[in-house]
Amino acid sequence: MSKRADQPRVPERPLPRPEGLDAEFYAWCGRGELRFQRCGSCRAWRHLPRVLCPSCGSDQWTWEPATGRGVVWSWTTTHQQFEVGMGSRLPYASVVVELEEGLRVVALLADSFAPSDLRLDLPVAVEIDVISDEIGLLVCSPHARP
Amino acid sequence: MNLSGACAVVGIAETDYVRGSDVPNLERMLRTAQRAVADAGLTMGDIDGVIPPPGFVTVEELAANLGIETLRYSSTIAMGGASSTATLQTAAMAIASGVAHTVVCVVGWDGYSAMRSTGVVAAGGANRALSGPNPMTRTLSQYYRPYGVRVPAQFYSWLFNRYKLLHAVPDEAAGAVAVACRNHAQLNERALMRGRPLTLDDYLQARWVAEPLRLFDCCLETDAACAIVITSVERARDLRHAPAVVLGVAEAHPYPADDLLSRRDPLRIALSDAAPRAFAMAGISPHEVDLLEIYDCFTYVVLLQLEALGLCGPGEAAGFVADGAIGLGGRYPLNTHGGLLSQGHMWGMNHVVELVRQLRHDAGPAQVPNAEIGVVTGWGDFGDGSLAILARGR
Repeated sequence: MSKRADQPRVPERPLPRPEGLDAEFYAWCGRGELRFQRCGSCRAWRHLPRVLCPSCGSDQWTWEPATGRGVVWSWTTTHQQFEVGMGSRLPYASVVVELEEGLRVVALLADSFAPSDLRLDLPVAVEIDVISDEIGLLVCSPHARP
Repeated sequence: MNLSGACAVVGIAETDYVRGSDVPNLERMLRTAQRAVADAGLTMGDIDGVIPPPGFVTVEELAANLGIETLRYSSTIAMGGASSTATLQTAAMAIASGVAHTVVCVVGWDGYSAMRSTGVVAAGGANRALSGPNPMTRTLSQYYRPYGVRVPAQFYSWLFNRYKLLHAVPDEAAGAVAVACRNHAQLNERALMRGRPLTLDDYLQARWVAEPLRLFDCCLETDAACAIVITSVERARDLRHAPAVVLGVAEAHPYPADDLLSRRDPLRIALSDAAPRAFAMAGISPHEVDLLEIYDCFTYVVLLQLEALGLCGPGEAAGFVADGAIGLGGRYPLNTHGGLLSQGHMWGMNHVVELVRQLRHDAGPAQVPNAEIGVVTGWGDFGDGSLAILARGR
């Protein structure tokens, strides 16, 4: 489910500089694995990473693998450059995917698709673009062209 | 303790809304605070509470420069653009409880010049100017920015795009908000966009910023300052102007407030929780207001808030804003000063100032005839919400 990133671009795409639980999340991504916190007590999934379970208060949790299957919840297509490192990609779609586990994540739309391919509730697969041992970023692809 | 009818806004002041100011921001805030106190017919010796903005200045600097020797109350509301209207709540709480008698609230910033000098656009730069921990920083830097999403025009657009598609909202609905604000700015000599009218065609033909936002869906970057003075209604009766009495006020925070996307329903905005409380406090229905001063960092934020206020049902804002209803002469004149979209960005304190001016019947060519009661809202950070219902007092 993972693939190697393209050669580094100049200027580079903005990367997270995670610490603590955020670094744990991204470290799994760096291994090509999409995992989220799951409460050891009430079994609720959560993302963003949190110290305690907001549902039951438990401090027991594990990183459990997610399927990567989901649907498009929303997206925005950026035309104006707000981020130098994204300039070469304009216009680009930043997609919010609602995963089967009930979590919503942000992912870039895969290069082989166009923003005009997107629809609400379109089934997509979230995969990982491995950047380094510490970082992987999410990319989504529709199962089929609408 | 009942806050309804306990306090009133008795002093207001604002600068022009400009791109590039000769006056440093601190001095601009101080002079505007002085003018608001004088507008109320008070002196600095009457002020015993100060509410500074969330950033740009400290309460100590304000009090030291203004000569406020007896400071009994100070508080900062960290709700981004919802702070200014939420300020009315905390000021009213302080006054109604007897902690303070008269409170000055001030906001000022280089919303244009600071952006130019740092090369950072929109609220990405504004955040940088804010002090203290910012609830959005972690989420933005770790989870949004790696996907090219950095500024409010982008991350709010996730909400706007879904809202637009779910309810088949036509482009003309957001356009109606942009055009109404621009029309009203033509009547306002302080407005940045005075002299630059906008048609619906201009709106529709403008370039995309981040879909579904076009250029004129987005508010302005301006240098300016605003200040207001609040005191008890008893004291207000002896002052210069008809008081703008706080009939209802409330704030609400979405859950979780530090991430837009992990909410049960991200389209249910915080104002949906605050509005029923404020209208119940005021003892009126949303449909009884004479005018609307709605926080308008983006046109679609206005549409979402009209629904959250209970003025229309979910997905019905497009119908609500159609046919001139939100223009002067319509049933619900909206942002009679031009708003953030066409007057300037002053964190919504300009909306409070404008509502007070309207209730004084001092709004010049933009005056809503016989305005007796109005609502002002705030929206900030990842969708914090606030509103106040103000009425013309005697």
